[in-house]
Amino acid sequence: MYKYNDFDTAFVTERNAQFRAQVARRIDGSLTEDEFKPLRLMNGLYLQLHAYMLRVAVPYGSLNSAQMTQLALLAEKWDKGYGHFTTRQNIQFNWPKLSDVPDMLDALAEVGMHAIQTSGNTIRNVTSDHFAGAAADEIEDPRPVAELIRQWSTDHPEFQFMGRKFKIAVGAAAEDRAVLKAHDLAVRIVQNPAGETGYQILIGGGLGRTPMIGQVINDFLPRADLLPYIESVVSVWNQIGRRDNKYKARIKITVHEHGIDDIRARVKARFALIRPSFTGADQELLSEIKAHFAAPNFRSGSTAAYGAAYNADPVFRAWADTNLAEHRNEAHAIVTISIKKHGATPGDASADQMRAMADLAAEYGYDELRISHQQNVILPHVHKSDLPALHARLKQHDLATANIGLISDIIACPGMDYCALATARAIPVAQQIATRFDALKLEHDIGHLQIKISGCINACGHHHIAHIGILGLDRAGVENYQITLGGDATWTANIGERAGPGFAYDEIVPAVERIVEAYLDLRSNAEETFLETYRRVGLSPFKSALYPEAQKKVA
Amino acid sequence: MARIFTAKVVTANALIEGDVIYLTADDQWSRDLTQGELITDEAHAQLRLLKAQSQVATIVGAYLADVKPGDNGPEPTHFREDFRRTGPSNYAHGKQEAEANV
Ligand code: HEM
Ligand code: SF4
Repeated sequence: MYKYNDFDTAFVTERNAQFRAQVARRIDGSLTEDEFKPLRLMNGLYLQLHAYMLRVAVPYGSLNSAQMTQLALLAEKWDKGYGHFTTRQNIQFNWPKLSDVPDMLDALAEVGMHAIQTSGNTIRNVTSDHFAGAAADEIEDPRPVAELIRQWSTDHPEFQFMGRKFKIAVGAAAEDRAVLKAHDLAVRIVQNPAGETGYQILIGGGLGRTPMIGQVINDFLPRADLLPYIESVVSVWNQIGRRDNKYKARIKITVHEHGIDDIRARVKARFALIRPSFTGADQELLSEIKAHFAAPNFRSGSTAAYGAAYNADPVFRAWADTNLAEHRNEAHAIVTISIKKHGATPGDASADQMRAMADLAAEYGYDELRISHQQNVILPHVHKSDLPALHARLKQHDLATANIGLISDIIACPGMDYCALATARAIPVAQQIATRFDALKLEHDIGHLQIKISGCINACGHHHIAHIGILGLDRAGVENYQITLGGDATWTANIGERAGPGFAYDEIVPAVERIVEAYLDLRSNAEETFLETYRRVGLSPFKSALYPEAQKKVA
Repeated sequence: MARIFTAKVVTANALIEGDVIYLTADDQWSRDLTQGELITDEAHAQLRLLKAQSQVATIVGAYLADVKPGDNGPEPTHFREDFRRTGPSNYAHGKQEAEANV
């Protein structure tokens, strides 16, 4: 776990004191809202539909139990007893009072957390693989690199007032669990044929109203060149990116308009200029950072208790089958805790649940937790013999739902229930779909299927890269939901295809049901996933299932 | 052809709590839409909005929201204002919390 040094601590303390004074001046009326807004956004404070919203960064999704416990305290003391985990490895508090926010930030600083750069036109929270440091398929732990980028980008003077936000993700595994291809810039740690480790860099991915998949700008970058290279990319974009229209002010548009080859050439020229100013201090820093991420001293010992419970208890087995992932140490497993109990708000955890997860991490998980972009919480290292006890404890806190990767493991943005930008609700649609398929008892039979819902074209709910994507819109003053099919968030990323006209609020769940029924009919066998079936048969049969009336008219 | 002016209330968020509030006819801010001043005249609406916007130390983001007259005062005509009036639909939080506790 990365520990703040004195410099970091002093920086955050000073920043909080500054913001406390700004809040005081806003409250006494000496700052207008127009003057205050950029200052509050720099500290993660939004004003939403019904209240303020504080967005706290969980850098690369990593937390220890003290930090999670502190988040529970914030939820209880200054909010309504819960927090909302987001697709960018942040946590949002939906109900703070303006006058309490400085105290909340101080409380966060006590455990090395903050809300800096969780909003505004700057480099946002650096995200990563939620199985980092634990996954069996990773080359190395990607978090030291993510932390290096975080330190470099925090308060970097050139990148505080860019045309638009800039999002960076880092991955190092065979499987992409960090949605690298939907980021402005992605760093993929790779090995070349000579066995050297370096970086593949992708740029120009993003969702929003013009979704695009990232492209490779550099296939293999030597390790020492990482920061100057990223700095070159961001500064080229900062320079030539469009500022005339905020919807076109993302690097994906720049890449689209100039072409990747032109951008590559500009980055190369910029890199030649600034590379000499990086004298190696960043590499020393990286080795220092790495020491903080040393793997825990994994316990050995028999895993027989796990096998016995697996054979004896079908409830435990169902949970183990869906919620566990392979750990690099054979005696251990990665546990994903679903905070998507059927009918619950995706991503919400109560203060009690946060505290329970923190305690379980301390007892069984070497004190580590991760937040996933899929809005779940992970205990990255649990010895297999502890799994039955862990599962029993999770059950007590309503945290043992066995649905990871299944149809009820839905990503949903806050939508019209909270978000000032929304055009329709997202949360109740997710709640109804999860409840419906739970009632049908089809969930495990359906298998791996990702539904993602956004409440407006900004696509915070990632609907473009969902197997079944749902976008809520306002059509003549009523909520309307548009469906996209066949999106994918992994290495084989692509943007889903629009299925046709949208559905009214009370038609959307039956529409999803028709798609799923069509899939169950169309799949060649129980192993063929929804996405595989879709790729084999295409949109057309799903369209017929979705719009049976239109079909009749044609006939 | 001149646009037809539809009825409005002045609405904003309270500076400290962020709550949705409405300007009343006697220059107070109420958390209850039914107490908002129903404005049917466009020039009057602009004046009331200016009055609201000058209160920088009390409120944030004042604007004119469409409403229609109802039995108990103004009612929302769009679902967004309906949510602002009540609170989110996943929990009984926001204004509906107070109601649930009466
Ligand atoms: C409720 C307050 C929120 C506001 C005001 C907000 C605002 C926005 C805006 C304006 C965009 C469009 C960016 C662009 O295309 O340039 C965006 C995109 C996005 N937001 Fe949010 N958002 C909010 C909450 C969330 C939440 C809760 C999540 C996660 C669940 C999230 C994750 C994202 C992601 C992943 C994108 C896509 C970025 C891309 O284009 O690559 N946001 N958001
Ligand atoms: S997608 Fe739209 S509605 Fe959803 S959180 Fe983002 S900005 Fe708000």
